[in-house]
Amino acid sequence: MKRVVAQTRVELALTLRRGESVLLSLGIPVVLLLFFSVVDVLPTGTDDPIDFLAPGVLALAVMSTAMVGLGIATGFERQYGVLKRLGSTPLGRPALLTAKTLAILAVELLQVTVLGGLALLLGWRPPASFAAAAVPAMLLATVAFAGLGLLMAGRLRGEAVLAAANGLYLLLLLLGGMVIPVAELPGPLRAVARALPAAALSDLLHAASSAGAALPGQAWLVLAVWAVATPLAAAATFRWE
Amino acid sequence: MSAVDVSGLVVRYPGDVTAVDGLSFSAEPGEVLALLGPNGAGKTTTVETLEGYKSPTAGSVRVLDLDPVRDHARLTPRIGVMLQKGGVYPGIRPVEAMALFASFYASPEDPTALLDRLGLTSVARTPWRRLSGGEQQRVSLALALVGRPEVAFLDEPTAGVDVTGRQVIREVIGELRARGTCVLLATHELDEAERVADRMVIVDHGRLLAEGTPAELMSATERTSIDFGAPPGLDVDSLSRALGAPVTEVRPGRYSVDASPSPATVAALTSWLAEHDLALGDLRAGRQSLEDVFLRLTGGS
Repeated sequence: MKRVVAQTRVELALTLRRGESVLLSLGIPVVLLLFFSVVDVLPTGTDDPIDFLAPGVLALAVMSTAMVGLGIATGFERQYGVLKRLGSTPLGRPALLTAKTLAILAVELLQVTVLGGLALLLGWRPPASFAAAAVPAMLLATVAFAGLGLLMAGRLRGEAVLAAANGLYLLLLLLGGMVIPVAELPGPLRAVARALPAAALSDLLHAASSAGAALPGQAWLVLAVWAVATPLAAAATFRWE
Repeated sequence: MSAVDVSGLVVRYPGDVTAVDGLSFSAEPGEVLALLGPNGAGKTTTVETLEGYKSPTAGSVRVLDLDPVRDHARLTPRIGVMLQKGGVYPGIRPVEAMALFASFYASPEDPTALLDRLGLTSVARTPWRRLSGGEQQRVSLALALVGRPEVAFLDEPTAGVDVTGRQVIREVIGELRARGTCVLLATHELDEAERVADRMVIVDHGRLLAEGTPAELMSATERTSIDFGAPPGLDVDSLSRALGAPVTEVRPGRYSVDASPSPATVAALTSWLAEHDLALGDLRAGRQSLEDVFLRLTGGS
């Protein structure tokens, strides 16, 4: 327990100390939220752009922390022999994975507080039932995205993970219904987007955010499949050194 | 029970590269054992097998009578590891890394005192990536020792460390020995090994070449010839008669006297040269240096 707490604290401190990581997890979502809520140019399909942007940016926040932040950090830790070195301490892999999970959840909590608070200030008014659907969706997506991040980190060099994760971040930002509604995408691209975890999460958060909308069952299914498949794939291919 | 026991160890990598080829040795508690050999001799592979990172292809390794792979969780609280390079978060400060590692062990050293002992107090809050190579090595050593290990595996601990740092590392290794810790030191630096090790295991191409204390290794290969340099084309027959031992000109200007280097023989040689008014280039007699032994064993030049 003492080990997990110490490891979590270090993981968290190092994450918050990395400028590029804070930019990705808080800076970019905050800018997107502020800019597009003021400059109403996106085809959001809602009366107030904030009603579309707030859930989308929360989905983006999960993706940036669980996939990009975790992937890049783990990729470099593997490259620098940190994981190898920890392997010969009494910490153990389960405790290390627990600590990484707790650190991710702590960052996400911070993101939800900052981004959710900002969105409320900008006039976002989600229904009371929002959290009941949003929390499980975000947790499931965290697992799916973390699996993707670790899948990259387990085989690629640090620099390659950096490039791949940032590329995937941009791609999923555009295809994930986070700032541009999936409905605006051309047909075939829309079908692809709907099969990806990013759009599944943002679909669920958008539905949860609008009173009376039913939660799309297909999105739950897509997210669940990714949440099972990517950690398994990562575990099967991960190289500790 | 030995602290470390390696028996007929073979480690083969994919592609049929044999890194370790039938190596056997052991080390006791309170002993500093140097695993000495040139780069690529199989030292790191051997150490990493003892640390549980690699499994033997054949043979066996035991550390504190445990199997490093199967009993990994029982072994890690009792060993300290210093990897050949890296192993630390680039952005972490030494004081944070020490506190973290200290939390892993039941009765750790005081992190601050240990950093101070290794002369790292002034850089305790400097991120790892901004430390010099020598400072990084000393932090790695501190991290290996913070859990009060019974066996410490140190892979090239003095690489890139300056003279003062080396002295501190030597002293700390001496303190470990006094405390009863078994220290396994993998190094290619002969001088370092000679200074700190109780015993040496010289390896090359994954095989054991020689084993013993530094003194034993040097005396076991006592010189049986006198080698000297002088102008080429000496009358070796005349010199042989003068010395009462055969002399050969190994190559122009290099000579070898097939006799043990007794003072009388050396004196006879120099007086013969004086009589013929010949300059003596250099003269190698007496015990070999450990470096001679090492180079001859490993076929270096």
